[in-house]
Amino acid sequence: METLLISVINGLVYGMLLFMLASGLTLIFSMMGVLNFAHASIYMVGAYLAFTVSRFLGFFPALIIAPVLCGLIGAAIEIWGLRRVHHNGHIAELLFTFGLVFIIQRLVQMTWGMLPMAYRVPPSLDFPLFVMYGANFPAYRGFMLLVSATMLLGTWVLLKKTRIGLIIQAALTHPSMVSALGHNVPRVFTTVFAGGCLLAGLAGVIGGNYQTTEPGMADSMGPIVFVVVVFGGLGSLAGCFVASMIMGMIQTFAVVIDYSIADFLRPLGVVFTGDTLLTEVLTVPVARIGALLPFIMMVTILFFRPRGLMGTRDT
Amino acid sequence: MKSRWLILTVIVVAIALPWCFYDWGHHRHAGFLISMLSQMGMMVILALSYNMLLGQAGLFSLCHATFFGMGGYATIHFLNAAGDGGLPLPMEVMPLLAGLAGLGLAILFGSMATKQRATAFAMITLGISELMATAALMFHHFFGGEGGVTTNRMIDNSVFGLTYASGLQVYYLILAWTVIATGLMYFLTLTPLGRMANATRDNFERAQFIGYDPRMVRFLQFALSGFFAGIGGGLYAITYEIVTFDALAAPLSANALLMAYIGGTSVFGGPILGAILITLLQSGVSLLSNSWLVYVGVMFIAMVIFAPTGLAGIIKAHGPIQQAGRMRGLLVPYLRLVIPALGLLLGFVGLVELMSFLTIGAAQGKKLVLFGSAIDVHAMLPWAISIGSLVVGGLWLRWEASGFHRVWEDLAAEVRR
Repeated sequence: METLLISVINGLVYGMLLFMLASGLTLIFSMMGVLNFAHASIYMVGAYLAFTVSRFLGFFPALIIAPVLCGLIGAAIEIWGLRRVHHNGHIAELLFTFGLVFIIQRLVQMTWGMLPMAYRVPPSLDFPLFVMYGANFPAYRGFMLLVSATMLLGTWVLLKKTRIGLIIQAALTHPSMVSALGHNVPRVFTTVFAGGCLLAGLAGVIGGNYQTTEPGMADSMGPIVFVVVVFGGLGSLAGCFVASMIMGMIQTFAVVIDYSIADFLRPLGVVFTGDTLLTEVLTVPVARIGALLPFIMMVTILFFRPRGLMGTRDT
Repeated sequence: MKSRWLILTVIVVAIALPWCFYDWGHHRHAGFLISMLSQMGMMVILALSYNMLLGQAGLFSLCHATFFGMGGYATIHFLNAAGDGGLPLPMEVMPLLAGLAGLGLAILFGSMATKQRATAFAMITLGISELMATAALMFHHFFGGEGGVTTNRMIDNSVFGLTYASGLQVYYLILAWTVIATGLMYFLTLTPLGRMANATRDNFERAQFIGYDPRMVRFLQFALSGFFAGIGGGLYAITYEIVTFDALAAPLSANALLMAYIGGTSVFGGPILGAILITLLQSGVSLLSNSWLVYVGVMFIAMVIFAPTGLAGIIKAHGPIQQAGRMRGLLVPYLRLVIPALGLLLGFVGLVELMSFLTIGAAQGKKLVLFGSAIDVHAMLPWAISIGSLVVGGLWLRWEASGFHRVWEDLAAEVRR
């Protein structure tokens, strides 16, 4: 029971972090048809910027400044990069963001070095929020939940209740009509791209000290986020949310499950012994293949539902 | 007729090159050269098979190394079986078996991935690549975990009675298979499948309309490209006698993409050019600088923005002008481009190196040495020179480029007439 509850809360925290990244990616994708490969790189940049800013100004100013800087970086990428390759088609745009991954990765290493940064949880949030079954629940995780829930609410209000959101939603499906009504669609695109990067940067700020701020963080986060986006269905925010939660839960639950497939087969009278590949695959405990699970899930869902969980359209 | 001579020349050069650098004093081959040439051979196969997807079918795949690696792992196990006497097959057909291993895996994954195209396809292949890379680290029986699997390539079974003890013999095996695979891949572009792949790339709805199933075309193209990638992986395993998860991890897939794209995806020979160039740069520049990835990344992005047809496409664009005998008119404009381009390059390389020596170099205790004298990366002067030449070179190049563009347009219009 206690592992269950703790795992649920941890899964929620991780799932929300994933959603913050994946929602920006989904917004950008459904708007412009571009899958931004560099999204996880922006997440990393957000963490590094937050580290640097928090050294001079403290954590809470960094919580604002670093995401805004990431948004500006995103706007610059859109204006000077994506727009230029746009007329060469979607593949060219994909390739462009793919190339950015290398450059950002290396620039970060060149600026901050190869070693992990000492980006820590701010002292004002470094206390146990409450004690649960003898285990402390860190206040910072509660703060992460708070920030991501606020952001979720903010994005929802912005998209559904404001005029800007209305135009963005319209430009999603009918860009030429919106343009004919006198709105500057390229600027809407830039706004969305910058907004997505801002969210990624925010995720970096609060994720950087939850995990570690090091040059490999983009590589470790990137594939998971893409799996979430594909699993939820490309272009569907609701699907993206569900997928983030599922993925967060899977990742945290996998660590505590110590069963293997062979354990389930044993009551049926099937016992595996010996030193073969089949035995190895069947007897490996779930806890050890946790890293493999998201990808297996993705391949499985694509096999049965190529559009993903809630995807509405093919690409 | 002309391209036939070009192909012959390339093959002859590839055969003769190890002997040009033969060390007669010690009766020894240049080991570095042979290993670089071998690497080139594998990379040519990898890049060409990648281009079957990117260039010919318009599919942006990120799991190409998966099939390369699978070919490699399979070959290690085949070679081990052959060494134990369990597999009485000569060395020369091993790459074919590796190709079949790649084909099998490509059929399995292709049946899922090719349900989609464009962006969704790219994402699925990314997932497949990560799946296999993670699995390779996890399961020890087939993949050997982090240490990889090893073998001994001297299985004493060869059609030509060779032992494959020396790198030169392996190189010639690689060369032979590279030529065979290249020929087959070229032949494939002429078949109805190759043509239909082009058609689904350009307009898949119309291809669908005239009665072809674009999914089937994508699937066949994907499976076959997995076959050729597997051959490349087999040669990799034979050369290095060890395959670790590096052979199927994402960086190699990215490398395949870079080679194919920089070389040029619209021309069949483009990826060959790209593979040779990138391997040369990799063995050259990566020894000199640890910022190798930045240069490749910037080169790649510059190609995406300014020259989407790649190097081979640029060369091809000169064809009509050359046929009209007007190449001389381009000489001076090109020379005028070179000077600002060099300035831009100098400034960029300077900045990158200064920056990386400020952080990474300092951590490794290295010093930036240029022309035999150490440069203080904290001083103002080198930074000022770099930034200056970057800005001046960039602006100048921009100005010259517009002039060049005018000359080019005039010439092209004249030739067309």
